[in-house]
Amino acid sequence: MGEILTLKNVSKSFDDLVVLDNVDLSVNKGEVVVIIGPSGCGKSTLLRCINGLEDIQDGTISYEGDVGMVFQSYDLFPHKTILQNLTLAPVKVKKRNKAEVNKEALELLERVGLLSKKDNYPRQLSGGQKQRVAIVRALIMHPEVLLLDEITAALDPEMVREVLDVVLSLAKEGRTMIIVTHEMQFAKAVADRVVFIDGGSIVEEGTAKDIFENPRTDRLKRFLQTFSYEE
Amino acid sequence: MNFGVIAEYMPLYTEAFFLTIKIGWIGIAISFVLGIAVAFIMHFKIPVLSAISKAYIELFRNTPLLIQLFFLYFGLPKIGINISAEVCGALGLGLLGGSYMAETIRSGLDAVPKSQTESGKALGMKPLLIFKDIILPQAFATSVPGLLANIIFLLKETSVFSAISLMDLMFTAKDLIGLYYNTTECLVMLVIFYIIMLLPVSLIGSRVEKRVRYKMFGA
Repeated sequence: MGEILTLKNVSKSFDDLVVLDNVDLSVNKGEVVVIIGPSGCGKSTLLRCINGLEDIQDGTISYEGDVGMVFQSYDLFPHKTILQNLTLAPVKVKKRNKAEVNKEALELLERVGLLSKKDNYPRQLSGGQKQRVAIVRALIMHPEVLLLDEITAALDPEMVREVLDVVLSLAKEGRTMIIVTHEMQFAKAVADRVVFIDGGSIVEEGTAKDIFENPRTDRLKRFLQTFSYEE
Repeated sequence: MNFGVIAEYMPLYTEAFFLTIKIGWIGIAISFVLGIAVAFIMHFKIPVLSAISKAYIELFRNTPLLIQLFFLYFGLPKIGINISAEVCGALGLGLLGGSYMAETIRSGLDAVPKSQTESGKALGMKPLLIFKDIILPQAFATSVPGLLANIIFLLKETSVFSAISLMDLMFTAKDLIGLYYNTTECLVMLVIFYIIMLLPVSLIGSRVEKRVRYKMFGA
């Protein structure tokens, strides 16, 4: 399994504020990398740099194929039906055959349990349903790498599970994903590798077991403590 | 009220009515095209063109249509451009309307969340496609009430066309009053024709507004 995405010495700053400082990261095909870290540490910015939503000041980012992204706030197109949300980019950007794209969209909707919503507008769906549609909208572009940016952070607690189940099933089928999340239990379950970022650089990385059970640095230990309620 | 007079004037009013509608709507069509183009330029802050657009908006929003028409109608021939009163009316209305439409559409464009553009980009869409398929339809839906108000305003502004001797409703009424002094009948007919012209716009507009907004925002 070869490297599919490589970041070398990536640095990013907003004016004087350094958000990413010399980040090196490589992701293998089929690998699920979970990025954790405190708010404002640069996790989301890292994803946004990878798919070109933010410019970088230094370093290189290279990858094979396309990169897809799912956002915290779903960002479906409110004036289009669910089906139209899915078919717009494949037809207009990739110039794929409309009937074929439609068929694939319906299959994917069925898979995430939302086939009956195909003609609804986004506003008629719950947050969890919208986020599942957003995942499908990224998938239908056939990205080599899927970036998930805190996709459950805006959801009501009871809807988190339905979205994470979709992501777990994608991991099982060998999708390459980089996931930014605050759901530590989910991170443990899904990650092949966990990367801890603080202050714009990678502080520690390893398997979920390494990171959560045997944190080496004080910064990671302190960060993990904020998630436990033991007396 | 002398109903015989009203019947007698009816053909003149009807003719004026259709002329007013024709020039009014051509002007509104021009204002739409102009408004979208100018709003596009300002939304994307295209250098130079942005400054020109800003100047255009301020000039045309802050001067009366009557004076704009005078400049077009009496000014242009002085530099060798001769246009008919009808073209002049439609053009004047289009230029005035364009400045209003541009601001209304621009505020609609600015109201579409930036994240919509980003999710378009994340799907590999090019800026022009994002603008056309994602931003503009949403901006339009938010702008509908403002656009509707502009349309009604512009149709009423046609009443100054008479100043460049276009035989519109106002011209016809003034002309008839001057000739026969049936002031009451003439003014009542004028009001009724304006209502006939504007009421459908108002009613259809409100329905369009409800439909677009319901579809998109559920309100």
